Amino acid sequence: MEAVSHTVINLTTFVLAIYVGYHVVWNVTPALHTPLMSVTNAISAIVIVGAMLAAALTVTGLGKVMGVMAVAFAAVNVFGGFLVTRRMLEMFKKKERKSGGEAR
Amino acid sequence: MSMNLVTLLYLVASVFFIQALKGLSHPTTSRRGNAFGMIGMAIAVVTTAALILTVSEQGAQGLGYVLLGLVVGGGAGAIMAKRVEMTKMPELVAFMHSMIGLAAVFIAIAAVAEPYAFGITSEAGQPIPGGNRLELFLGAAIGAITFSGSVIAFGKLAGKYKFRLFQGAPVVFAGQHVINLLMGIAIVGLGIAFVVTENWTAFFLMLALSFVVGVLIIIPIGGADMPVVVSMLNSYSGWAAAGIGFSLNNPMLIIAGSLVGSSGAILSYIMCKAMNRSFFNVILGGFGGETSTAAGGTEQKSVRSGSADDAAFVMGNAESVIIVPGYGLAVARAQHAVKEMAAKLTEKGVQVRYAIHPVAGRMPGHMNVLLAEAEIPYDQVFEMEDINSEFGTTDVVLVLGANDVVNPLAEQKGSPIYGMPILEVHKARTVLVNKRSMASGYAGLDNPLFYMDKTMMVFGDAKKVIEDIVKAIE
Repeated sequence: MEAVSHTVINLTTFVLAIYVGYHVVWNVTPALHTPLMSVTNAISAIVIVGAMLAAALTVTGLGKVMGVMAVAFAAVNVFGGFLVTRRMLEMFKKKERKSGGEAR
Repeated sequence: MSMNLVTLLYLVASVFFIQALKGLSHPTTSRRGNAFGMIGMAIAVVTTAALILTVSEQGAQGLGYVLLGLVVGGGAGAIMAKRVEMTKMPELVAFMHSMIGLAAVFIAIAAVAEPYAFGITSEAGQPIPGGNRLELFLGAAIGAITFSGSVIAFGKLAGKYKFRLFQGAPVVFAGQHVINLLMGIAIVGLGIAFVVTENWTAFFLMLALSFVVGVLIIIPIGGADMPVVVSMLNSYSGWAAAGIGFSLNNPMLIIAGSLVGSSGAILSYIMCKAMNRSFFNVILGGFGGETSTAAGGTEQKSVRSGSADDAAFVMGNAESVIIVPGYGLAVARAQHAVKEMAAKLTEKGVQVRYAIHPVAGRMPGHMNVLLAEAEIPYDQVFEMEDINSEFGTTDVVLVLGANDVVNPLAEQKGSPIYGMPILEVHKARTVLVNKRSMASGYAGLDNPLFYMDKTMMVFGDAKKVIEDIVKAIE
């Protein structure tokens, strides 16, 4: 039997992940759609993995410059995204303590 | 570190990302979800650093470059996250989308320049396999469109730049769609040329055209449609990440990218539905900037207007009050005043709730965050579907800086906004509306709600009016 190509395996992962994403996101409460967007900003910054490889493993000037800049751009999102999400979610927490009641 | 271990750790990180989104199903679990996300990202970054140390011939020196980027970018991101005002969240999100887009483009350029460094080819100097070329082309093109589109969206959202393309009013010109189509075809053509020949010129031309297309597809979309655009670019940034995942054969990037991509797509769908527009209608644009001439019914109709004292009297004697906040409230920075007013009313035994339309803010869920910032308890804040049945049994509804989302014309066949889901405010016993003037909303339609017998208009700046009401309640 011939080996399955990488692209096909990747496609399998891709389709299944979209399926998972679809179901998980519909369960997100509309009140938290803005934090959802900022946290997905942070998660899409996962390209930082590719950027790190570029910054560390390339040998030419072009590769290095591109890599370091890509790491910096992605890092803006990693830190900015998660921290601003945390800041917003803290606001939702304060009220919860004040009202004392459990929301529906 | 073996590649198998690396891949397994990446799998763990992916599961953490799914948990992060799952946590957002309720405010009480959301902070844990965000922590999951951070842990997942930490696992991914540390694993990659370990991988670099294992395979690198440059030793720790390569990691030095990574650290440099990490400190500069991370520092900037942390400062922005700390300082940003909640009303400016849409701009921040648009800015962050542009960062992802640009990062994707740069990674793709580095990968085309040195495929060996990413393990795409087994030896330096070998040509890139055709499949990877296709994926690199897709990742780079989507990244470029995300970048330039987000820059324009950022400008439109900020609304403070003189530059024409950054203004809310749509930019429309003859043959726009044809030009976009031709550019799209040219990008695909150059992409195919790159896939076949691995030609640098084709790759860079394709990138340049993609940047231009990103600008062209966002400029015809009006300021009022920005919630859809922001969600759409959110989706694009995810697909760009997934595209890079394909080219680097990294399942974690594909999973994380697809999660983000589908999340953005769902949010776009929800926003379109709330505005009663089809996705294509929004994308093709030319709507939502200037007031359309469709505003019918110019005959003089009388409105009943009252003072803040009158409003305070009406609400003070009610049993139940529902407050409908619109973006006008946030513009007037009146959220804290509203909270104070609600506290006073609650003290008097009045039941106070808030009703939020999905497009009340500038992005999905924006109004909820703005109310949360003012420490308004989230269990008093209700979504449209949950509270619409309650208006009929409510004594007083106070509409603050909202217009189209409470327009009963939406229930009338033949009206331009027929079918748009609205808050059924007109079913309440008394309606108080605070507006600065009688100007119509984004849709350019007159609102019959204002002329009903049970409606009292309270004109003036939202903050001033509410502060006066607070004083009057005492």
